[in-house]
Amino acid sequence: MKITIASGKGGTGKTTISTNLVSYLSTLKQSVVLADLDVEEPNSALFLRGDLEKEQVSYKMIPKWEEADCTFCGECADVCNFNAIVALSDEIIVYPELCHSCYACSELCPTDSLPMTSERIGEIKAFTSDGFSFIEGRLDLGQEMAVPLIAQTIDYVDENFKNHIKIFDAPPGTSCPVIEASRGSDYVILVTESTPFGLNDLKLAVETMRVLNQKFGVIINRYGIGDNGVETYCADENIEIITKVKNDREVAKLYSKGELIYPKIGHFRDSLDEIVTFIGGLKCEK
Amino acid sequence: MREVVIISGKGGTGKTSLAASFAYLEGSNALVSDCDVDAANMHLLLDANFRSKEDFFSGDLAVIDEDICINCGKCDEVCRFDAIDVIDDQHRVDFISCEGCWYCSRVCPTEAISMVKQKAGDLFVSDIKNGSKMVHAKLGFAAENSGKLVAKVKQEAKILALKEDKAFVITDGSPGIGCPVISSLSGANLVVLVTEATVSGLHDLKRVHKLVKTFSYESVCIINKYDLNEEMSQKIEIFLEKEGIKLVAKLPYDDTFTKALALAQPIVEYSSDGELSTLVKESWEKIKTIIEENDK
Repeated sequence: MKITIASGKGGTGKTTISTNLVSYLSTLKQSVVLADLDVEEPNSALFLRGDLEKEQVSYKMIPKWEEADCTFCGECADVCNFNAIVALSDEIIVYPELCHSCYACSELCPTDSLPMTSERIGEIKAFTSDGFSFIEGRLDLGQEMAVPLIAQTIDYVDENFKNHIKIFDAPPGTSCPVIEASRGSDYVILVTESTPFGLNDLKLAVETMRVLNQKFGVIINRYGIGDNGVETYCADENIEIITKVKNDREVAKLYSKGELIYPKIGHFRDSLDEIVTFIGGLKCEK
Repeated sequence: MREVVIISGKGGTGKTSLAASFAYLEGSNALVSDCDVDAANMHLLLDANFRSKEDFFSGDLAVIDEDICINCGKCDEVCRFDAIDVIDDQHRVDFISCEGCWYCSRVCPTEAISMVKQKAGDLFVSDIKNGSKMVHAKLGFAAENSGKLVAKVKQEAKILALKEDKAFVITDGSPGIGCPVISSLSGANLVVLVTEATVSGLHDLKRVHKLVKTFSYESVCIINKYDLNEEMSQKIEIFLEKEGIKLVAKLPYDDTFTKALALAQPIVEYSSDGELSTLVKESWEKIKTIIEENDK
């Protein structure tokens, strides 16, 4: 069972829901693992104290020019559709940050002068905590492409945690990174808030889920602030609202300190219970 | 013309509310650009009218002509993105996975694969309620390259600002540390880092500031919700001092943010005399003074 927690808008409480949910599920004796796929700004580890179990460097493949046999024919630069190669009369320059690792230059080079080599893009860290594991992908600063690292982090979790409930904390937005984090999941939970911003970005996220043909539902966080636009929209579109998490300054305070919420706030735990029941229902459907 | 870019590593810190407030205060002196194209919101606060629209193309998509295709599988062999599926004995392209690298089309023995330009989004120029204009965009579904669309938004905003002799371009930047935010920052005269007094606020501030430093942009900081956790706020202030980043405002945890948002108004419009608005106005004045001093 794989569940992705996503949200169009940033700062709606994705990470708060994910981290508390995984911890709470473990107290209910469930085998559960959390993967932080917000690789540009991974934050889960700030809330879940754990011991570093394993650490591995993540790579992408890029061509590396070897001068010896190169005839400077320029084919490599011609076939690269990402402008990642410039062919001069006496030098071939590769721009790794633009390379999409398609291998075309390398395999179409008549003299095999551009073998693919690995370049570091970030790291994957695995932690163990009280009764559960969590995995974090962390993109190196200056790296522009998050998707390959997200894919590798998901692969890591799939290989190492076959029979667990897998919770994926997705990056914000609606473009490639969140699609990568959602498309292989059984269900996507969209966390939003009842404001015009929350609604605007929820609509974009819903559009994305529908094109992906992905099953999804909504959690309204900080319920009670703002307006009722999100509720009206969900009712009109027949979108299930899994739970409404009450707006509460005490929740924000605990969050600010990096503490888990459910051990201290009853209404928050009640919302988690609703999510857990909902997930239970999904398992039966499977 | 001077460009101020407002960013925050973390989402939900109040970046857009502040950027819209600065734009509202500056009125027709400032052109606005919304570079958070993945989930653009600023148009809601500034009452944008979507006056003109332009298609934005970026990247290509492989299309297989099934009448010519002999299903040899060569395309599937070379594709590194797992974008070729065989459905009902026919090789087909999964448009979500295709990166548009052209490799398949170059090796297809029957030339059955053509590459078509993919629309990545829409670019808009709008009139906004303070008497100025804004450039903004909507990224299309499964479109990549939001960095390229960001660059396009910025370029259009710059051209328009120069043409109309604006004093400022106020840019609402993208979240994260990847391609879109790097694009958002280009050409900034001053970067405003918006953070909040939470553990993730500090964590993300440190990461995004490293990026800003790499590109040698000068930055100032606004701490939002400082009274949520004053100890954390102090930690942030110590970090700012160490890095030589000026603190231009500490804003309280205040319902006004959300109330203004619910009415789709910038804070300074919603309660122009309120405590929060006064602090926001002061911070914008400080930002302008810093820019002026740098110009000397």
